This record gives sequence, C-alpha cells and structure tokens, in this order.
Amino acid sequence: MNSMTGDLLETVVKIAFVIGLNLGFFAPMLGWVERKQSAVMQDRIGANRAGVFGFTFIGLLHSAADAIKLIFKEDFIPRGADRMMHTLAPVIAVVPALAAFAVIPFGGKFELAGHNVNLVIADLDVGLLFVFAIASIATYGAVIAGWASNNNWSMLGGLRSAAQMFSYEVTMGLTIIGLVMYYQSLSLVVIAEKQVDFWHWGIIYQWPAFILFLTCAIAENKRIPFDVPEAESELVAGYFTEYSGMKFIMFWTAEFIEVVTISALCVTMFFGAYHLPFISPDMLVSIFGGGDFGAIVAMLIGIGVFVAKICALIFLQMAIRWTLPRFRYDQVMALGWKIILPASLIWIFLTGLAILLGLMPTV
Amino acid sequence: MGVTDEGKSDLLALSESVIVTKLDDIISWGRQYSFFLYPFITACCGMEFMSVAGPRYDIDRFGAALPRFSPRQADLLLVVGTISHKQAPILVKVYNQMTEPKWVFAFGACTVSGGMYDNYATVQGIDTLIPVDIYVPGCPPRPEMVLDGLIKLQEKVAGTRDQMNYRRGVSPLGEADDRKIIG
Repeated sequence: MNSMTGDLLETVVKIAFVIGLNLGFFAPMLGWVERKQSAVMQDRIGANRAGVFGFTFIGLLHSAADAIKLIFKEDFIPRGADRMMHTLAPVIAVVPALAAFAVIPFGGKFELAGHNVNLVIADLDVGLLFVFAIASIATYGAVIAGWASNNNWSMLGGLRSAAQMFSYEVTMGLTIIGLVMYYQSLSLVVIAEKQVDFWHWGIIYQWPAFILFLTCAIAENKRIPFDVPEAESELVAGYFTEYSGMKFIMFWTAEFIEVVTISALCVTMFFGAYHLPFISPDMLVSIFGGGDFGAIVAMLIGIGVFVAKICALIFLQMAIRWTLPRFRYDQVMALGWKIILPASLIWIFLTGLAILLGLMPTV
Repeated sequence: MGVTDEGKSDLLALSESVIVTKLDDIISWGRQYSFFLYPFITACCGMEFMSVAGPRYDIDRFGAALPRFSPRQADLLLVVGTISHKQAPILVKVYNQMTEPKWVFAFGACTVSGGMYDNYATVQGIDTLIPVDIYVPGCPPRPEMVLDGLIKLQEKVAGTRDQMNYRRGVSPLGEADDRKIIG
C-alpha cells in the first residue's frame, strides 16, 4: 500500500512537471522566441515596451500582456455554428499535443532512497506507435474547427488540414522505420537508453531519417512553410477564422506545444535523449559522490541536458519558419507523396541491406 | 460605467473598490501592449504602413506587430488610405465583425477628413461611418507620427475606466453582424 502511494505520488509529480514545463514554460517562452527571433532575423528590435516597474525582461512580458488581453476578449460564436463542436475543437487540438509527452523519457532511471525512479510518465513498449496514434487525433481539432464554424474559409482550411495531416501522418510513420530497425525497439525509453554511447546516437547512422522526419513533423504541425490550412493570403485565417480570444490562442498553444513535442521526439530518437556525449548517467552519479545526492544531481543534469537540446531544436524550427515562404498547396502534396514517401521507402531498404551486410551493426 | 477621470464624483470613487481598480490596471496594462492589427489598406498610405511595420521603425516594439486578417481576432482596425463610398459598406462590415474590445486608428488625411478628395466619390472622414479613437493626419503621415499616435492610443487605453465592461458596440450604419455574444 505504501509503495503504491509512493508510485502514485511519483506519477502525479511527473505529470505536473511535464504539464508545467509545457504550459508554464515552453508555451509563453515560444511566443517570446517567435517574436524576438524573427526580430533578430529581420534586423528589428522586437517587442520591448511592456514592463513592470520599469523592468521589461527583454520583452518577455509581452507574452503576459497578450494572455491578459486574450482572456478578457469577447468570446464569439457565429450564428449557425455548432456551438458544442465549436467550443470543443480547440480542446481537441491542445490535449493530444500534451498527451504525446507521456511516453517521452526526460531524465533517465535512478535509484532514490531504495525506490526506482524512472523519469517518464508511461513506460510503454510501443511508445512510438502511441505518439503517432495521439498525433493523428490532433487532426480532428482542425477539421472540427473548420466544419463547426459555419464559414467558407474555415471549411476550406479544415479540408486542407485533413488532407495534409493525413498524407504526412502516413509518411511520418515510414520515415522512422529505419531507426526502429536500427534500435530494434519501439519503446522510446529503450531507444533513449541505447544512446548512452555517443557513437550510437541516431543522427550518426540515421541522419537521412532525421531530415525526412523533421520535414514531415513540421508539415504535420501546419507551420510555415507548410501552413496551407491557415494560408493568410488565401483563406483569411484558415480553420480558426471564426475563433476569438482564448479559443483562438489555444490553437496557437497547441502549435507551440507540438513544436516542443517534435523537438523532444527528435532529441530522444536522434540526439542522445538526456545523455551528455561520452558521459553516462552512472558516471555522473559516481562523480557527485554516489548515493541519493549523486542520483539527484545526475537526474537534474539529465533533465537540464534534455531541455537544452529541445531548445536547440526549437531554435532550428523557428529559423526554418522565419526563412521559407509558404509552399503552394499542390507542392505540399507533391512533396509528401512523390518525394518523401519514396525516399523513406528507399531508406528502409538501404537500412535493411546495411544491417544484413553488417555495415550498420544494430544496437 | 464609462466615467471619465474629471467627472468622477466622490461616491463613484468610493464605489470603485480596490480590487476592481487593480483588476482594471492589469487588464489595461495587457490591452495597451497587445494590439493585434487588422490592416484595412486601400491606398498609398499603405507604403507608410509598410515602413512603420518594417525594421526601421518597427511597430512591434510597442507590442502591435501581429496582423490578424480575421476581424474576430483583431483589436485595432487600422484604416489606411482613401475610403470611397463604394468601399464604405465593406469597412462598416469589417468593423462590425470585430470582437470587443476594439479600437480604430484613422491613418492619413483621407481617413481623417477625406483629405484632398473633396468630391462626390470619397467618404469625408471615416468618423461618419464608425467611431474613431486616434486621428493621424498627413498625406501620408510620417512613421514617427504613426508611432506617436499609437503611443497616444496606448495612453487612452490605459486611462479607460471599467475595463471589464468596455464595449464599443456596432456601427449604426450597415446591418449588425451575425453575432451572438456569450461572454
């Protein structure tokens, strides 16, 4: 009973940490990063006026100002809209983005006061499949929003997002088959543990899979250069044209959290998860004197390394977003079906051949 | 309540409890640094808007950079350029479609008074159609004038009492939008 209470407490703490990290830290920070990074890339100064008692924190408080304004903005539902679906759609968009984080390990396994602490909310054997299953639910958020708004532009945006997300869902699953063959596991926890040796990081043998996966993931997230469902110059604001205030910003929050989730997945699969290069967690524990203290320090370092790697990949995604213009709709579809899909099939074949011939020893 | 600072009686001042005043302060702080723009650009002043939005003058410094082309998500209607009578119903419709709270920025001489187009085809000032918060004359106005107007609008927003119930309502011209306000 006592250990069950301990397990329950541990799980609650981990869930609170992950949700707090996403909604409390990453979502507002990404709003700020998007503004400031675009400002730096365009040789501007960027938002810097909102302050409290004269402290502006490099414009960080503009995220708070936006949130306050949006909370007190009129909540609007158009006449003829499906009220329940219209209200439900932003929730359906946000929840899967958060839920995908459940299977991503963020710090490793440690023994703390005779209790095994595994820093992942749910250690599933089919973690990768879970991520894809949950990610496909996010499609419904956009489609329902488009349909329930009773608006032509929303409808077109919803249809486009259905087509685009479905196409890239299929392709995204195929891009990482090579990686799964290399690690011989679908569990993200196992994949992360196998990257304790720097030469087993996914990026070393599986770099084509990384490029294909990142492209698909950005397309799945509907961000520029793949934002045809939103397409400001064609569809006003796409599937969330008729949303105002907090409901509107929930779609953006979902987008931001998906950026974090994509980064976390890439880090876990390709960039050594929470490991430092050439230093294993066991070495860290012994460096800091072993025991509970050493375990806690090693745990914190693991979490810090994981978050730092996520930040680096967020920077990469933001740079892509502020560099490229939007693809035309048919170009997006052609890229998915005619280029990335065959390329990932070829990569599966090449990986299989290399493993068979012993050129790429499996881990 | 819509009470101005000057006309506030002692009784009204008393009725504004401390908590409400502080909430007002927080909301007005948020609103003044977070304008999502709806650029309603019809003519040559648009070049000056591009200038003020671009790197040199950078309207984003004041937190007013994000253009939303859906009126539901916009706070500040920037009317930039000549409004002809043919264009007027569209402007009124866009204004009515915007969600509360909303503000209107008359950008350039044509929107302020019709400017040099004193003729049958041009609306003689957009305040004959919709309520206007800030007038920036000039043909076209320099970016500094626009930024000055934006700062004055921020001061106006900060000075508004009873932020929770601040409503502009729909324009009397044109049909009311298909809207159902639920909160």
